[in-house]
Amino acid sequence: MDFKSSIELLQFHWVAYTIYALLIISVVAWFGYNLTRENAKSIVRIPFYWYIAFLVAGGVGHHIFTYNAIPWVSQDISRDDIKPDATYDIEIKDHKWVKLPKQIVIQCGQTVKFVARSHDLVYGFGLFRKDGSLVMQMQVNPGSDVTGILKPNDILWTFNHNGVFDLTSTEYSGPAQYDDEGNDLMKVENFVKVVGCNDGGDA
Amino acid sequence: MSLMNNLINGTNFDHKSLNALQKVTLRAVVMSFLFYGLVAVEGMIMRLVVTGPVNPLPEMFSHPTHYFSIMTVHPIVGIFGSTYQLVFAAFMFLVPFLTKKPLYSIKLANFVWLMITIGTALAWIAAFVWQYAPLYTLYWPLPADTKQFSVIGGIVFIIGVALIMVGTLGFIYNIYATIFQRVGVHKDKTTKELLISGFGIDGMLNLWHKLTGKPPYSKEPALALPVVAIFRGTVDTFLDAIVILSAGVLVLVYLLFDASGNPLDVAAIDSLLYKNYFWWGLDLVADGLVLIYVAGSWYLLATLITGQKLFMENVARAALMLELLVSWMVWSHHLLADQDQPEMMKLISGEMVTAFELLTQGLALFITLTTLWKARPLKMTMELKYLLGGLVGFGLAVPAAIIQADMGMNRVLHNTQWIIMAHVHIALIVGLYMTLYSAVYVLWPIVTNNTKLFSSKMSNIHFWLYLIGGIGMGAFGGMAGLEGMLRRHLYVHGEFNTLMILAAICGTMVLVAWFIFLLNIVLSVGIKGLIGIFLPAEDPTASYGIEPETIAENHKV
Repeated sequence: MDFKSSIELLQFHWVAYTIYALLIISVVAWFGYNLTRENAKSIVRIPFYWYIAFLVAGGVGHHIFTYNAIPWVSQDISRDDIKPDATYDIEIKDHKWVKLPKQIVIQCGQTVKFVARSHDLVYGFGLFRKDGSLVMQMQVNPGSDVTGILKPNDILWTFNHNGVFDLTSTEYSGPAQYDDEGNDLMKVENFVKVVGCNDGGDA
Repeated sequence: MSLMNNLINGTNFDHKSLNALQKVTLRAVVMSFLFYGLVAVEGMIMRLVVTGPVNPLPEMFSHPTHYFSIMTVHPIVGIFGSTYQLVFAAFMFLVPFLTKKPLYSIKLANFVWLMITIGTALAWIAAFVWQYAPLYTLYWPLPADTKQFSVIGGIVFIIGVALIMVGTLGFIYNIYATIFQRVGVHKDKTTKELLISGFGIDGMLNLWHKLTGKPPYSKEPALALPVVAIFRGTVDTFLDAIVILSAGVLVLVYLLFDASGNPLDVAAIDSLLYKNYFWWGLDLVADGLVLIYVAGSWYLLATLITGQKLFMENVARAALMLELLVSWMVWSHHLLADQDQPEMMKLISGEMVTAFELLTQGLALFITLTTLWKARPLKMTMELKYLLGGLVGFGLAVPAAIIQADMGMNRVLHNTQWIIMAHVHIALIVGLYMTLYSAVYVLWPIVTNNTKLFSSKMSNIHFWLYLIGGIGMGAFGGMAGLEGMLRRHLYVHGEFNTLMILAAICGTMVLVAWFIFLLNIVLSVGIKGLIGIFLPAEDPTASYGIEPETIAENHKV
């Protein structure tokens, strides 16, 4: 299994967790019912060590699975050694994106590096599809080195599907991010546009 | 007996018959459930605001400063004002009850609930009056950002949180002083023996002796298993209190300098280092304190309900030690989206050690269920129902967190409603509170001297509304998270309207359930009884004499 986009991963996760949730609720309900019965017998015997092995395999296996199935994990770990097709430097100050281009256009399959720097507070950097679902995000911590250069917060992302994505801060940085009516002042509509993919779609 | 008579006099509750330990326990329980009501109302306000245009509340609630003020105090009131109070009250009653020794100090126990109540009220006032809203995460330098927040509000908020922590330290001292008192059954025990038992080392040595064919190290450990869990969880409570207190002092210093007209440079504090430090402490509440206390509570409830020894007790003792160590090393799962956090810390602390919680909590679930199963048939009493509800809650919430504590998943789930609803709210509302309600029902006859509960029907309605509402709210909120809804964000245009309306309906069920529970309690003890709880006790006894074994008799078919 290989997830080409975050939307595929989220859909898979939705189905898998729903099945698990229904299962655990049913098992405990069944268990509770049988606790009250005079002659209830175990329909399965779960050996203790197998149960423990199952938990260990579940905990470790989950990470092994995601490492192999989700492309951005290994890319993220080794991002310092990967040469991006394009790099975009972004700064944030007083709840505003500083000198942000109106839109960036990315060719299908390109690996792009976003480097965000904050002058004051902790913000987030997140790209969203038009339906509101999250493409990816990272935290943007403030701070500078001894020479006064702002610390970078960088993320590498490969875009495999056409789409137009909005940008906003994914971390709370105080109510000044909003106007009095509650509109998000840091939201930048259509910030990223991905073109050139044959399969179309939005992901 | 008329409803009005019940409202005033209760069923057969007599506050004058209560001793000092019972009264101080009930005082904290009353405050806890009042704060619970407040937190449920706050939660409902936030749920309704994010339904967007259909939100029936006045516009002021959708204003960002107001909305985020509520979001700031919601966890403070919920976790400290309500949960801490209830847990501390239960444990300051249970430790004397289980060790058959008096509580070290009733005065200190009174100090604890008063400090937590005043502290919570101050934090709430800071947000309500001055709209101080840096959220509970206090990400540096936001709590010291005086461009956005009032200095006075910040100072009041920090003093409030500091008082809560001072009360917490009082609880910790009372618990350890009680455990280490060499009276009663512990008259001949040494501090070393009590320490070995408290840390579960005797359980580990028993396991080792069994593996090597030697006789058990200790046939009868000095401390009962639930006391070991309390002992162990309280270590995390202490560390957490120190971290929160020190972070509070830091914020206070900045605010005071600002108020004096000589503001300090916020950039002097590294925000990522601060995040690591603060999350290490905060995570001790979630992954240490809650999970260890909850495991201990399950063991206690299972043994009290069944009247049998806990299944695999030595393993349970050893696992509690493992849980303590695990809880100190998992904080990095909160920093998986921080790109400058070292990758090895993300991998080891954030992913691998965190995954161990699946093992430790799964083990507690297995041991509890097996203990219950071996004692069947059992009557489906309220306490058993709630215990099973609590097990379901953690059965749902722990894997939800483990799933996100992964570098791949975190990229698309961090800061979304997934973690706060499918994990935190289900863990707290369903997992923790249903466990606590089970404890309330178990301890009710002991703490109130066999007061008859007004209505078992109301108890049942409370149970089903609470269970379905709690799971439903977490599930719909979690689904919104999967659709991209952020957790610390204001939505006023109905962006996730359908799911938020469903979550609000379920949230209403939780709120109504709380009201029914409270009404049932008030009709059982009466308003006179409620007031009487806060009057001085005529009997200064700081212990309770019923043997725990007798509770199981009520559960046999």
